Amino acid sequence: MATDFVARGQDLELVGIRKEFPGFTAIENLDLKIPAGEFFALLGPSGCGKTTTLRIVAGLDEATSGKVLIGGKDVTSTKPHDRPVNTVFQSYALFPHMTVLENVAFGLRQRKVADPLAKATEALQLVELEHLALRKPQQLSGGQQQRVALARALVNRPALLLLDEPLGALDLKLRRQMQVELKAIQMEVGLTFLHVTHDQEEAMDMADTVAVMNKGQIEQMGAPEALYDRPKTAFVARFLGQSNIFVGDVVEENANSISISCNGQKIAAPKSRSEKHTGRVALGVRPEKATFHEDKPDLDSNHNLVGPGEIIDIRFTGVSNQYLIDVPGFGDITVFAQNVGKSPVVELGAQVWVSWKVEHAFGLSDLPLKADNDEA
Amino acid sequence: MAFVALGQGSSGKTAAPTKASKVAFILLAPGMIYLGLFFLTPLVSLVITSLKTASFTGEIGMYDYAFQVSNYGYALETYFPQIARSFVYAIIATLAALLISYPIAYFIGVKARSKPMLQAFLLTLVIAPFFISFLLRTFAWKQIFSNESPATQFLQSIGVLAPDQYVIGSSFAVIAGLTYNFIPFMTLPIYTSLERLDTRLVEAGSDLYATPAQTFWKVTFPLSLPGVISGTLLTFIPISGDYISASRDFLGGSDTAMIGNVVEANFFRIQDYPTASALSVMLMAAIVVLVSVYVRKSGTEELL
Repeated sequence: MATDFVARGQDLELVGIRKEFPGFTAIENLDLKIPAGEFFALLGPSGCGKTTTLRIVAGLDEATSGKVLIGGKDVTSTKPHDRPVNTVFQSYALFPHMTVLENVAFGLRQRKVADPLAKATEALQLVELEHLALRKPQQLSGGQQQRVALARALVNRPALLLLDEPLGALDLKLRRQMQVELKAIQMEVGLTFLHVTHDQEEAMDMADTVAVMNKGQIEQMGAPEALYDRPKTAFVARFLGQSNIFVGDVVEENANSISISCNGQKIAAPKSRSEKHTGRVALGVRPEKATFHEDKPDLDSNHNLVGPGEIIDIRFTGVSNQYLIDVPGFGDITVFAQNVGKSPVVELGAQVWVSWKVEHAFGLSDLPLKADNDEA
Repeated sequence: MAFVALGQGSSGKTAAPTKASKVAFILLAPGMIYLGLFFLTPLVSLVITSLKTASFTGEIGMYDYAFQVSNYGYALETYFPQIARSFVYAIIATLAALLISYPIAYFIGVKARSKPMLQAFLLTLVIAPFFISFLLRTFAWKQIFSNESPATQFLQSIGVLAPDQYVIGSSFAVIAGLTYNFIPFMTLPIYTSLERLDTRLVEAGSDLYATPAQTFWKVTFPLSLPGVISGTLLTFIPISGDYISASRDFLGGSDTAMIGNVVEANFFRIQDYPTASALSVMLMAAIVVLVSVYVRKSGTEELL
C-alpha cells in the first residue's frame, strides 16, 4: 500500500544514480532534480539510458548505486508498489482480462479508495472514453488504449507520473492531439510529469524543462527555447533540431567575440554564447538563421559569410525549402528558407554565398565526432 | 458442452469456401471413419449392453436384448461407495497435482525465461516419466513402499505409521499414485500459458500498488487460467476412470476400489456385462456434466 495519497505533484531528486548491466553501464553518475508540478522531458536516442532511468524511478529496476528521493523522502529501497508513482507504459500494459473500467479502477481498489468505480469513470471522462468503459482493452484502437493507460495512471493522482514514450505507437495526427491533451491534463491536475521520449519535437512542445541524455549521461538541461538557442555540445546541437557546425582553431579573441579560422575564412561567435575560447573550437548555427545570396554581398563585421558554394539539393517540405549547399572547405551547409509566396529563384547547381549574424552563432564545448558528421 | 468450449480456441473463422469443401471432406474422411468405427459403434454397443437382461437359460455371462433401465439403479445402489470414492479421489488428486505443478510451471515458464538451457532441461525432466510405462512406475512405488521396505520401516520407526500400519493399500497411497502419474498432464498446459505471460503486466500491477501476492492473484493467475482449466480437465477426467493405482495389484487395498476397478471386476470376474456397462455410461455422463459446469463456472470459455 502506498503510504501517502497526495493530490499534488512532488519533486523528484536523483543523486549519483549509476546502473550497470552485465557488460555495459547504462547510466553513469546521474544527478537530476525535477521541481514539483513540472512537465519534465528526458530526451535521447534509443539506448541512451532514459528508459532505465524511468524504471529506476518507478522501482522496477534497482540502481547499482545512488539515491532516489520523491518529495524529499528517500525511496531508493522502497518496493514499486509502495512508491507514490504511476507509469504510463510504452506497451500500455493494460490487463487483457479486465474491462477498461476495471483496469482504471485497479490502483484505486489496491489502495482501498472509497467508490473506485465512480472515480474510474471520472478518469475515463477526462480522456473521453467513458462510453467504452465495459469493453476489453484488445477491442480498442491503439490511441484509445493509450488513453486508458493514461487514465489508469492519472486516476491515482500520483506524486509523480512517469510516461515511457507513450505516444510512440500513434500516428502523427493522433500524436499531436494527445500531446495537446496530455499537456492540458498536466496543467489541470498539477502533477509532476516525467516524460521519456526520443522525439525532440514532442519534448520541446510539451515540456517545461528538457534534459538531453546521451550514453547514460545528461548532456544539457534547460527550457526548450534555451536548449535550442544555445546548445552546448555537438550532440545536443544535432539531436535537438539541425545545426551547421564548423571546426577550426581560435585565431582572434576580443572582449565580445571569438573567431576561428576555417579554410582561410574567419567565422565569429559571441563570447557569451561560446563554451570554449581557445584552441580548437566548434562553432555552429541553425539552418533557419542562415541565408544565402546569389551575388557576394557586402556585409559588416556583425555577419559571418562563407562561399562561394554550390546548391546540391533542394527539398520542399511545405512550410519551408531546405537547401543543401556544398561549400569547399566547410562541408555541406543546410539553409532553411520560409515559403512566403515567392520561392527564391535559384536552381540546383547555382553558385551562392551563405551568411548569418554573428549573434546567432554558438560555440560548443566539444568537437563533433566523425560519426556525427556523417549523419549530418 | 465442455468439449465445444475446449474447441473454440482453434475454430476462429467459419466456413471454408465451397471450392475447398471437397478437399476438406477428403481430408476429414479418415478421421470420421475412424471415429465412427472405433468410438461411436462401441458407445452404442455399450449403451445397448447396459440395458440387457439376464438370459432365460440362466447361463452365466449370457444376456438377452432388453430395455432394463433398472440395471442403472442396481449399479448405483450397489456401487455407490466406489462411485463416490472415485470422484473424491479424483478431486483430491487433481488439487494436489495443481498445487505441485503450478510452482514448477511458473518457475520454468517465467523465472527460467532468461536461461533457455535450464528451461529445456527442466521441461525434459517434467516429460521424462513418459519414457517409462506408467505401469512400471506405479509398480516401482509399490516396491519402494512395500510392507517390509526400508521406507515403510522408517515411517513406522519415527511414528508416522503405527507398527501394524502400512503405506500400500491406503487411500493415501492411491491418491499419491494418481497425483504422481498425472503431474505432467497438469504441468505442461499451465507452463504453456505462463510461458506466454507478458511480464510487463506484472510490472504494471506492482506499479499500481499491488504487492507481489496481490499481483499474482489479480493478474498472473487469471491470465494462466486457460492452462489451469486444461490441466485440471486433463488430469481429472482420466483419474476418475483410473483403475491401476487403486488396484490391489498396485497401490490399492480392499477398501480403495474406484469405478474402474468395479467395472473391471464386473466385466472380467463375475461377467455381469450390463452392470459394468451401466457403470461406464454413468461415469461418462457424470464427467460430462461435471466438466461442463466447471468450464461454465470458471468463466473461461473465451479464454480457452
